Amino acid sequence: MGAPTVGSASHGSHNPALLHHFVDEEQQRDAANLGMWIFLATEVMFFGGLFCAYLIYRGWYFPDFAAASRSIDALLGGTNTAVLICSSLTVVLAIYAAQTSRRVMLIAMLVLTMLFGCVFLGIKAKEYRDKFVEHHVPGASFNFDHEQIPGSSPVRYANPRHAEIFFALYFIMTGLHALHMIIGLGIFTWLLWMAWKGRFTPEYHTPLEIGGLYWHFVDIVWIYLFPLLYLIDRH
Amino acid sequence: MSEHSKSSPLPTYFMVWGALLVGTFLTYEAAKVDLGVFNAAVALTIATAKALLVALFFMHLKGASEKLLKLVVISTVFFLFILLALSMADYGTRLRP
Repeated sequence: MGAPTVGSASHGSHNPALLHHFVDEEQQRDAANLGMWIFLATEVMFFGGLFCAYLIYRGWYFPDFAAASRSIDALLGGTNTAVLICSSLTVVLAIYAAQTSRRVMLIAMLVLTMLFGCVFLGIKAKEYRDKFVEHHVPGASFNFDHEQIPGSSPVRYANPRHAEIFFALYFIMTGLHALHMIIGLGIFTWLLWMAWKGRFTPEYHTPLEIGGLYWHFVDIVWIYLFPLLYLIDRH
Repeated sequence: MSEHSKSSPLPTYFMVWGALLVGTFLTYEAAKVDLGVFNAAVALTIATAKALLVALFFMHLKGASEKLLKLVVISTVFFLFILLALSMADYGTRLRP
């Protein structure tokens, strides 16, 4: 630990970012990391329950789920996957920039991350709009009549009630994911503000690492959502 | 913080990024091929490989020395497994509605 000796009378000779109840910066950093991972554990179980519901209904109503999944634009979903992966790269580059005292790169990477986040939400909004236009939103105006089950001969049609369950899961899971993205954008706005004020140094940039963990977790959730919702039956 | 003594992590970051993009492309293309029941298996295998790449390299689990952290991560995966496996074992062996 190469702690810099920027000391004031009341803080002795340690980094001003080090809180008094920690032994050293490494312990403080480990504690923050551990707390974040425990929070992510609760998030895994939170999304896990939804994935579980999805798997059960998919097992019961597979042909209807396949038909409903075909109506979503997989190219938009795939593009969004790529966008999120790029945003994860800019997050690690931002942390690298902080570790190597590159202020301009740090701010640029944070702005890029937020830009990718906004592109993701924009594409998501376009997708949702299509679903509203097609009356694929569960509720009074829901309509999925005469939609063919993929590969069925003689032609069979999907049960609209079962397809409605797919779309309910689609909107709840992608909606919760989008909510996480919006919260992530809020966190990154704050990180950008801190970076702008020059609060992050090679010795202290824990908020960047913690915020990054959250962003990567949201990315991982999408990595599973994409094939499960968009690519059930595309052949 | 041992990062300072190590060589630059940038090549690793860009390689992982490339692998993730290739994985996304593979998932998309593999879905177009009819593999029967194996379509879902292929999609989930690629997704898990991608998730592992993100967790190990972007979330810095690889090289994490804190034992408590490893315990938290492993038990997270374990409890998720219990949630999914036991639920599916239950619903999978019932009469369908």
